[in-house]
Amino acid sequence: MEDKKLAPNEKLDIENILKDLDKYRPKRRGWTWRTPEPGLKMGPFTYREATTPLQKGVGLPSSKYFDWIDPQPQAVITTEIASGRFEDDIRRMRMAAWHGADHIMVIRTAGQSHMDGLIEGTPQGVGGVPITRKQVRAQRKALDLIEEEVGRPINYHSYVSGVAGPEVAVMFAEEGVNGAHQDPQYNVLYRNINMVRSFVDACESKKVMAWADIAQIDGAHNANATAREAWKVMPELIVQHAINSLFSEKVGIKPANICLSTVPPTAPPAPCVFMDLPYAVALRELCDKYKMRAQMNTKYMEASAREATVTHVLNMLISKLTSADIQSTITPDEGRNVPWHIYNIEACDTAKQTLIGLDGLMEMVQLKEEGPLRKMVREIKERACLFMEEIVEIGGYFKAVEEGFFVDSGFYPERNGDGIVRKIDGGVGNNTVYPRDEDYFAPVTAHFGYNNVAQYDPDAVDDPAKLIGGCTFEDPDKIVFIDELDEQDNVYVRLEETKEYRNSNLLKPEMEWAADGTVLVTLFIPANKRVAEVAAIEFAKKMNLEDPEVINREVMQEAEGTRIELKGKLPFHVDVNELVIPPEPHVLSDEEIRKDVEKYPLKVVCGTVGEDEHSVGLREIIDIKHGGIERFGIEVHYLGTSVPVEKLVDAAVELKADAILASTIISHDDIHYKNMKQIHELAVEKGIRDNVIIIAGGTQVIPENAVKTGIDAGFGRNTRGIDVATFLIEKRREMRGEK
Amino acid sequence: MKRADDFEERRKHLANLTDEELYERFWKLTEKVVDPLLELGRKNTTPSIERSVLLRMGISSLDAKPIVEGCIDRGLIGKGTGHVVFKLAKAKNISIQEAGKMLAEGKCWDEVVALFKA
Repeated sequence: MEDKKLAPNEKLDIENILKDLDKYRPKRRGWTWRTPEPGLKMGPFTYREATTPLQKGVGLPSSKYFDWIDPQPQAVITTEIASGRFEDDIRRMRMAAWHGADHIMVIRTAGQSHMDGLIEGTPQGVGGVPITRKQVRAQRKALDLIEEEVGRPINYHSYVSGVAGPEVAVMFAEEGVNGAHQDPQYNVLYRNINMVRSFVDACESKKVMAWADIAQIDGAHNANATAREAWKVMPELIVQHAINSLFSEKVGIKPANICLSTVPPTAPPAPCVFMDLPYAVALRELCDKYKMRAQMNTKYMEASAREATVTHVLNMLISKLTSADIQSTITPDEGRNVPWHIYNIEACDTAKQTLIGLDGLMEMVQLKEEGPLRKMVREIKERACLFMEEIVEIGGYFKAVEEGFFVDSGFYPERNGDGIVRKIDGGVGNNTVYPRDEDYFAPVTAHFGYNNVAQYDPDAVDDPAKLIGGCTFEDPDKIVFIDELDEQDNVYVRLEETKEYRNSNLLKPEMEWAADGTVLVTLFIPANKRVAEVAAIEFAKKMNLEDPEVINREVMQEAEGTRIELKGKLPFHVDVNELVIPPEPHVLSDEEIRKDVEKYPLKVVCGTVGEDEHSVGLREIIDIKHGGIERFGIEVHYLGTSVPVEKLVDAAVELKADAILASTIISHDDIHYKNMKQIHELAVEKGIRDNVIIIAGGTQVIPENAVKTGIDAGFGRNTRGIDVATFLIEKRREMRGEK
Repeated sequence: MKRADDFEERRKHLANLTDEELYERFWKLTEKVVDPLLELGRKNTTPSIERSVLLRMGISSLDAKPIVEGCIDRGLIGKGTGHVVFKLAKAKNISIQEAGKMLAEGKCWDEVVALFKA
């Protein structure tokens, strides 16, 4: 099957992704790390820890100063995308990949872990996406195209947990999923799934994941998010990581694919780095065989995206001071539950910006061997060791869970008696574990545990699937693809609803789903928090926003005012065909301007004309230190402020200038346009008009009106040196008769 | 359980261990915790494991469910549900998929029960 490649300037075609899905096979299996390129040179910089750059991507905003270089840090960067509609998430995945994400994680719909079996079709989800074969295959197919577009493999990831873990693992292996959460402790503690069932299932799930080379992420970080005082569960976190890791390794997952999901436990106002760093060091030293997936703190997060971003940057400082193989990027909107496109992208950029900014840090900095760090590291390790000792003493893991060992808010060995208690004969799926008989047999690949293959063929013991001519792992044509089971709740019905807005001339703002119309409005309201909140809703209604809801309130001062962020929906669209879109102003490259000036020296006289003392604007245009036109080698004669127009024109005559630059800020009574007209007329009078370019600029200058006064060009607000230089060069070419 | 922080008392036997010795001790203890869990996995099976076997044999998720339930009801799950399908396919000289389809539709169950008694 031939799939057309993505064109960067064309939208991803969801219909094409869904077409012929029953025949689609993933391009590859297994997890991929980035390729380090020590000493990589990009623009004027040398990077010590960067990796192979993308072929297509979007650099950080400030990369525009460096020809849009987009260096990629060492850690794989994760983004979590699951809005409930997988078809809309696919577009977000493409945006995230362009911003540097190469690990895309899909959260499951609420309640999927208690569903006994696979879900099929494409129903809409709540708080996540129902993970089904069709949904996984469609997203993997899209990512196969996207990774080709950006030029770097993308790891696709979801969850192997709940009471259908082994089946989900098999489906993931068949569909080319590259990473998965798998940790039976998570089932037990947070999903109340029977503990025996969870561990027996986990053996099979992990065996399948090992076969498919799927990287595993554990679930220990949840203890951190659950405990009241998160930093007190540090010893337990290490214990949970160790149990799942060794268990997985013994099932057959290679240590390089075992990733510990670790969170710095605290956040400001706590002195978080002082508390989190010893924990990070202790964990990495004790679990040195495995990889680190650095998660970000969500425990102490409110609705301020700014606050969350700073916490995440501090979390990445910990990553840098220790190690992180995968850097997670919890979106800064987590605290206010607006899982929007823009926040995934912001989070990816935050990670990329921070990690590249810290490139090479550890060549200059070293963690101290003396002082509090080592002492605290040792203490955490000992507490973890004591925790493990007590599990063994009491009679093993199940007994420890029954006694409420886990997620107790005490700093072990302190115990507060508020841990999560589960019973061995309780929970979802209790009494569903069956002993295998002596003749138990399963003719498939990657099956864990006792399997009496020899009763049929002693030669097939190492390859049980041989007895059925290969299973789906050897022969993907045996996979049964189920399309839709629900006529109402499926992707085609949803696409039909938004048809009007897809690939059409109609535009609606969007945060999450196609044409959702959602917008974010930020206001400062000079009133106390409660009044501001109620007033904000009233403002929103008068702005015609539907379903307005305040998502963040921050007190500036209790009487003086409150910062409010609110969301709402716009009930109308804009027709692109009815827009008048002027062409974007273009600029020449620095290089081209410099070469031109070198060949044809360029001299300008300039000043602020009339009774006008403003100097800042013009200096921005000319000064080398503000990136003005001097930097291209243009010879600038600055006459100062309040320069009479006659003086400006006389100077041009005397110096044989190629151009006059007049700055004119005051606009009362159209004095700015009158000045321009006068300069033009004086130049004509003195006989230099044919040889001199006249340009005027100022905050109130409208270019079209300026030209009407007879001068060559006007420049308004936000003009930069390069805009003026580009005009000068191109105008001179025109005057020389060049194109 | 409630307990004050008795770390200083408890740690006495660890105090003189080197970092390497502490590391060894920690992982030996971890091994003691996980080994019995792995043993459970070797000796037992579950509906989900069995469905995952059937999936790999090329049986749909929709059919896997009634086959596993049928095996549990008839005390056959300890044989392996894939085994049940396999044996029926052999006995009738039909494909795995065909055998799976019949069982999912409620057919041939008496026959498979008999096959395992023989």
